[in-house]
Amino acid sequence: MSRLHRALLRDLWHLRGQVFATALVVSVGVGAFVTMVSTYRSLAAARAEYYSTYRFADVFASLKRAPDSLAVSLRLIPGVSAVQTRVAENVVLSVPGLAEPASARLISLPGGEQGGDSLNRLHLVSGRYPAPQSDDEVVASETFAAANSLAVGSRIGAILNGRWRELRLVGLALSPEYVYEVGPGMVVPDNRRFGVLWMNAEGLATAFSMKGAFDDLCLSLARGASSRDVIDAVDRLLAPYGGLRAYGRADQPSNRFLTDELGEIEVNATYIPAIFLAVAVFLVYTLLARLIAIQRSQIALLKAFGYANLRIGMHYLEFALLIVGLGLAVGLILGGYFGAGLIRVYQQYFHFPVLRYRLGVSLILFATAIALAAAVGGSLTAVRRAIRLPPAEAMRPEPPRSFQAGVLDRAGLMRRLDTVTKAIVRNLARRPWRAALSMLGIGAAVATVVVGRFMFDAVNALMAVHFDSAQREDVTVTFNETRSRGAVTSLRELPGVLRVEPFRVMPALIRAGHREERASVLALRPSDTLRQLVDARRRRIDVPAKGLVLTRKLARMLAVGEGDHVFVEQLDGRRRQFTAAVVRLSDEPVGLSGYMDADALAGLLGEDAPISGALLQVDKSREPALYASLKRTPAVAAVSIRSATLQTIREIMNRSFILMTIVMTGFGIVLVAGVVYNSVRIALSERGNELASLRVLGFTRGEVAQLLLGEQALLTLVAIPVGCALGALICRLLVPAFDRELFRLPFALTGATFGFASLVALGSAGLAACVVGGRIAHLDLIAVLKSRE
Amino acid sequence: MSASRIPLPVMQVRGVSKTYRLGEVEVHALRGIDLELRAGELVVILGASGSGKSTLLNILGGLDIPTRGEVRYRDHVLSDASDRELTRYRREHVGFVFQFFNLLPSLTALENVELVTEIAEHALSPREVLERVGLGDRLHHFPSQLSGGEQQRVAIARALAKQPDVLFCDEPTGSLDYPTGKRVLEVLARANRELGTLVVVITHNAAIAAMANRVVRLSSGGIAEIRVNPVQASAEAISW
Ligand SMILES: Nc1ncnc2c1ncn2[C@@H]1O[C@H](COP(=O)(O)OP(=O)(O)O)[C@@H](O)[C@H]1O
Ligand SMILES: [Mg+2]
Repeated sequence: MSRLHRALLRDLWHLRGQVFATALVVSVGVGAFVTMVSTYRSLAAARAEYYSTYRFADVFASLKRAPDSLAVSLRLIPGVSAVQTRVAENVVLSVPGLAEPASARLISLPGGEQGGDSLNRLHLVSGRYPAPQSDDEVVASETFAAANSLAVGSRIGAILNGRWRELRLVGLALSPEYVYEVGPGMVVPDNRRFGVLWMNAEGLATAFSMKGAFDDLCLSLARGASSRDVIDAVDRLLAPYGGLRAYGRADQPSNRFLTDELGEIEVNATYIPAIFLAVAVFLVYTLLARLIAIQRSQIALLKAFGYANLRIGMHYLEFALLIVGLGLAVGLILGGYFGAGLIRVYQQYFHFPVLRYRLGVSLILFATAIALAAAVGGSLTAVRRAIRLPPAEAMRPEPPRSFQAGVLDRAGLMRRLDTVTKAIVRNLARRPWRAALSMLGIGAAVATVVVGRFMFDAVNALMAVHFDSAQREDVTVTFNETRSRGAVTSLRELPGVLRVEPFRVMPALIRAGHREERASVLALRPSDTLRQLVDARRRRIDVPAKGLVLTRKLARMLAVGEGDHVFVEQLDGRRRQFTAAVVRLSDEPVGLSGYMDADALAGLLGEDAPISGALLQVDKSREPALYASLKRTPAVAAVSIRSATLQTIREIMNRSFILMTIVMTGFGIVLVAGVVYNSVRIALSERGNELASLRVLGFTRGEVAQLLLGEQALLTLVAIPVGCALGALICRLLVPAFDRELFRLPFALTGATFGFASLVALGSAGLAACVVGGRIAHLDLIAVLKSRE
Repeated sequence: MSASRIPLPVMQVRGVSKTYRLGEVEVHALRGIDLELRAGELVVILGASGSGKSTLLNILGGLDIPTRGEVRYRDHVLSDASDRELTRYRREHVGFVFQFFNLLPSLTALENVELVTEIAEHALSPREVLERVGLGDRLHHFPSQLSGGEQQRVAIARALAKQPDVLFCDEPTGSLDYPTGKRVLEVLARANRELGTLVVVITHNAAIAAMANRVVRLSSGGIAEIRVNPVQASAEAISW
């Protein structure tokens, strides 16, 4: 080992506190980056593999009913490579051990088992496929079974086409269509109350009187085929058969969620590591600049001995590289560890046959390259200073720090401060960039904590609007097809029902110019109270007697505003078409809809105001009896229960958001502690003599600490509002990422969040300051009498 | 200072020794020092480099404690005082002037003095003290804008402003040129004369001894000689 290298190690050891703090910040940055990118890649790879191995379809469509012979025409559409027609129904289940009724999607299996070329093939986890002739055997989604502790051999009750049946679980499986297993219109998975069942095509067709016919289909595209063109062709073919707009993978719910989640990880993978690495660059810079200032005379000596500038520059660059390298190594390990952990978390939500965690070599190289760039970036200016130092000048001690009366003095602002505060303010003002960057580093930490709590606040705000203002029913009952208004009577007679408000949901295609969107139009009555339209300020909007109210998001997608006209095409029933004026825009946070007055809609459609279901207000004490009846009520296709949904959302929030808060708070603590610790250490190194001489003059440790730590305290105090504003800005920028068709997160942050972030910053700054502050006790009072500053 | 009056001892040093341990080696910096410092005196402690001057001053100034022996300031025993008690002693009774000034670079001359008067009980007006040391026109200059001699005079003003009972100066002219150094000595002598402050000056420069009431010469950690000057030379009169 050369002497310079030995000196390097000695310096590293001597500055170990700051080396550690800087390496820690690097390691968290690298760790966050590796965690998120590796998680992203693992999920994306698992998805690609799953989709191709199990032949996930490209286009999906539902319809009322079409003869099997139509499959031939579908197959002939140019660009279609395989077609799979099926029967798929929504049914209500009675699951042992579950008080409430559950909902399920019951899907037919082609030919009773998995043909070699069938699409959306199941991954059978246990058991077997239903026997060819059976009419009560089903395969259940493993997720649903696990959530309800069902196993092969378990029995569940179901109403199939109005008849009570007992189904036997013979197998448990996963499907590429349900990687994210949510029921229709749901945002969060409720695996106890929604599941997927697969049954023999024969048996299912018989039960639903669909022999020789189908009401659902999926198809795959030939290589290079246009999904748009195929969808249009499918729609033309299915129109006479009650076709409800075909859609591609991008709109397939499970795939959509997965894609959105991946997008979210990608966003997090960019800005969080970027904050850390920026702070790391700053810390490397300050540390190296200080080291070079201390070692001026050594540098001069080396130069006088004939060491080349390049060699000396390399020496300091190596110093930076070693620190960052240390952080990098730890960061890679952390990233691998937490990436694998995050994958385990995702396994609870996304169900793949194989979800393997992979940390590829390319990612390691990429992270290394970024970290090295940070090291070089941070050391460049400082190293250049070392190289430029002329040997003769370097032999002289560091010149005394010069101060001048600044703007603050001239403005007379300093006059009212006490002397210690003056010294603090001037020290900050003398290096405005360093102060600003320290402040920004602490601010970034505060922002990180704020962002970590954003989801919590936003979802709470969403739920407040959704459940308190927009959807106030206790139970939603959806029929398997539209019924006459008389059906309400039977619902009124159910136990515990206090109020029944029937609704009509019309699947529709809404067009404006060349844009069109599939959406449903909900028919409401002026007397309705359970379902309400609300504006951005949660005020009730009355449904107009004529014309349409659109969800603001839907209006934006159609590029229309209040006063514009849209063209509405009914997708069920008689497929009527009409033009309607957009009268108002509403701001409900979940779902996309059009809203019309029930009578107005019935008039336009020439219908006798049929109903699709009803909203119920129920007596809490009689819920069990109500649920028991609903499980056996024929013609009900789905039941959704507010309290159960709320509970599920709360559980998920508690599980994932609290984890998020903890992780982001940890990030914030590391950032604040890293910045404050390093700043105080550098201040101590620069002004140790100054502080020691004050101790000689009889200043107490506390008074000296005040002078040393006051700067950081001031910076932290300034950084807190800045960080809160920065955090709010980041959240504001994140909001569009959650402006989705299924739900829209509001920009909401509570005072508790800002308060929490501020406390985290104060606490960790205080802790870091205490660690360094302890050194004040060890200031060498005697040395200061002898040495020059 | 009239010779007829016998001033009271302010500080008493009895049998003080200081031993530094450097690994296996023991360095005896002081060996059994006995000394008394009286109110209003100007004492010069003289000695070659390494003779123990600074060590003695550190112990007198409450920065260090002796290995053996007793140091008293009036009725306080400093030799076994805690850090807190020593801090209070320095804060309330002692002024220091360092070889390298040790002013806070971020504060102006006036503010450097105010820094100390803010924590002192019977402080003089910072402006007046600065005027007294001849810096009335330099109040708002930062240390980096002052010459070495001016900085040292600020340091003296800072030390005097709180009206200390004892003023300790370790090589106060050590880093100054001849005329500037003389100017600084003049200020110290005046403070001693006009304020009656007990001033202890450490130096290896024998010429300075002429301005003292008493000269204590150290050699190898012991007192080689204590000499009383019947007449004190003025600062202008001495030269080296
Ligand atoms: N902290 C210390 N550790 C070890 N030896 C010391 C220490 N301080 C002083 N010495 C030694 O004590 C002796 C007296 O030093 P000092 O009082 O500084 O002398 P002077 O001020 O007269 O030059 C010297 O030999 C010196 O090396
Ligand atoms: Mg000395």
